[in-house]
Amino acid sequence: MVIGNTRHTISITVANEAGELSRIVGLFSARGYVVETISVGKTLEPKWSRATIVTRGDERTIEQIVKQCGRLARVREVKAVTSEPHIEREMALIDVSVTAGAERQDVMSLVDIFRAKVVDISHERMILELSGTRDKVDTFIEMLKPLKVNDVTRSGCVAINRLSPFDRSEEPNKSSEE
Amino acid sequence: MTEVAQARAAVTPLAAPLSSAAPRGAEIIVRGLIRNGVDTIFGLPGGAVLHIYDELWRFRDEITHYLVRHEQGAVHAAEGYARATGKVGVALVTSGPGATNAVTGIATAYMDSIPLVVITGQVPTSTIGTDAFQEVDTFGMTLPIVKHSYLVKDVRMLDSVIDEAFRIAISGKPGPVVIDIPKDVTAAVCDWTKAVGGDEPSANSHQFVDHDRIGTVIEKLLAAERPVLYVGGGIVTADAADDLTHLVDILNVPVTPTLMGLGGFPSAHPACLGMLGMHGTYTANTAISECDLLLAIGVRFDDRVTGKIATFAPNAEIIHIDIDPSNIGKNKQPHFSVVADARTALRAIIECLSEKGEGVIAASIERREDWRRKIEGWKAAAPMNCEHSNDEIKPQALIEALHRVTGGDAIIVTDVGQHQMWAAQFYPFKYSRQWITSGGLGTMGFGLPAAIGAQLARPEAQVIAVVGDGGFQMTNQEIITAIQYGIPLKVVIMNNGYLGMVRQWQEMFYDRAYSEVDLSISPDFVKLAEAYGALGLRATRPADLEGVLREGLAHPGVTIFDIVVSKEENVFPIIPPGQDSLRMILK
Repeated sequence: MVIGNTRHTISITVANEAGELSRIVGLFSARGYVVETISVGKTLEPKWSRATIVTRGDERTIEQIVKQCGRLARVREVKAVTSEPHIEREMALIDVSVTAGAERQDVMSLVDIFRAKVVDISHERMILELSGTRDKVDTFIEMLKPLKVNDVTRSGCVAINRLSPFDRSEEPNKSSEE
Repeated sequence: MTEVAQARAAVTPLAAPLSSAAPRGAEIIVRGLIRNGVDTIFGLPGGAVLHIYDELWRFRDEITHYLVRHEQGAVHAAEGYARATGKVGVALVTSGPGATNAVTGIATAYMDSIPLVVITGQVPTSTIGTDAFQEVDTFGMTLPIVKHSYLVKDVRMLDSVIDEAFRIAISGKPGPVVIDIPKDVTAAVCDWTKAVGGDEPSANSHQFVDHDRIGTVIEKLLAAERPVLYVGGGIVTADAADDLTHLVDILNVPVTPTLMGLGGFPSAHPACLGMLGMHGTYTANTAISECDLLLAIGVRFDDRVTGKIATFAPNAEIIHIDIDPSNIGKNKQPHFSVVADARTALRAIIECLSEKGEGVIAASIERREDWRRKIEGWKAAAPMNCEHSNDEIKPQALIEALHRVTGGDAIIVTDVGQHQMWAAQFYPFKYSRQWITSGGLGTMGFGLPAAIGAQLARPEAQVIAVVGDGGFQMTNQEIITAIQYGIPLKVVIMNNGYLGMVRQWQEMFYDRAYSEVDLSISPDFVKLAEAYGALGLRATRPADLEGVLREGLAHPGVTIFDIVVSKEENVFPIIPPGQDSLRMILK
């Protein structure tokens, strides 16, 4: 991890209106902020959406991102989720080439270890679904690579702050697994 | 009441009777403008806004529309109107090229936080995205240069969009709001209205302030031995000039305004150090480097102010007060900050100060005696004097003459470049909104149309556009707008036959390679003025200058002054870009 250029997750609650997402993304590019992943969906109230953006930057940059997003008229709340205890998840759909027999058994044991799911299968291929932390998804894909991984689609991170007030970041995500 | 009846009730109590039971979109727009106090708009019609212009014709007794000759002029005029009054300026342009021409003005307003509502026509909803005639993605194109924007696809939203647009434009830190309206929406009949947004915009004003933090500011201010107040456009925007003067009169601390802050503090006040920054005074920039406390109010630590940011105010504890939280720490991390608009903050400071004993204040003033003496020394060592010549008109002398003949009361509107800096340096401003300039974006061509807007907003005031021969030629088509409406526009062209500021940089930083800056082939500005039906006057000799100025300013109509000044005069002092103020070049 490079000091001064750490990964942060920003959660932005914005009106579910046409053009509002481009306003946010436009702000990131106009001010030179990084968008590593972005994922958007409705909140409990359908008129508000939540965009979760993973970005990089030093403390000052993150502070600026939060403030700049806060200036947008249709943004209700901006949080640097990573500044408080939080849960972060990403989902991946992975297409692997795997023939029946020992190879498939290898994949199945990985699926078991990672608590992934097989969501589609043919004679030569499987599509696997996995959700977890970014690291977990990375590792899973890495483990599958000796077999042939044809394609990967990742959702980008979604994040939410923890209910418990105390910081468990010493044991990242331990209690939140599945 | 049914929903329909409620909506009618919301629409009907307006200025003029409805021609039919349900209004069409265009009428809702015009009534919305009237409801928001608009009586003046600037624009140029085209296909996509024909319905709106049809309604403007019907409502011409309530709203005066000023027809410009290029949409950039419409937005600058609306800006001039807004900058002279603090009210929201309004421009109306058509789709496609109308909107692209407006972009420069919108960006200018965005950079200087000027409240505008710009209505742009759009192709009919059904043809959006088909590369239709005069289609451009105005919403997308203006995203990074607006405070907020709308593409209104439903006529029922129009009413509330207009109201909200005005609210957003003026609230908090002001800015331009674009409303893009497809042609079919302006024609559609509206049965009922539906609110947009619903929740208060997050960009609300900060008319409350944390009194504990203000208390800390005061403690630091009273304890400082070498404090400086660095004040900017936020003072003007918040109409806080009187409060600032009041504070300075109590505490006797030196003040340096930014380019945008000029007029926010009287230049002739003994505590005024003059403007700071790249072309600021020796006194102001030296005081910044030596101060132990920098109280920054309504500023953003712009690069033209700070130069090398790391060595700006190197010995000072920095306190930053600004309405926009994102301004705090954006360019320079302060040691302490307060989020509040300038007036609220200053009033809170003054109020808290009044609770301190007179003895405390007197002691603080006394403690700063050395500091004041030091500052007086700098003022005496490097005053902002202008050289005079008997052969050619010095540009600085032109500004001084203008100051003399106007009694120092004129509203000065400028373009961008050398003339702008000389006007900033040599016209001592007395009051807020007396100085109108494109500071952030640095838009050449801004001055002339902005002066039209300012003159309409302040008909009783003497408004003078001071422009260079370069910028003048970018928007001089708007002279005819002034002629058409009998606006007594006065334009002083500081004519040195160059794109002067660029030439100066080429002289100083590029070995005198005068690449593409020669404007010696220019139209005869006097004849050009006459072609427009304006009075054209020229002065080339110092002896004639004041007479020419007096004659032209006394003219009841439009006057264009072609003042031929020394060709290769430079703006001094100058801190080379990106350098610290120790590198200031005085001559």
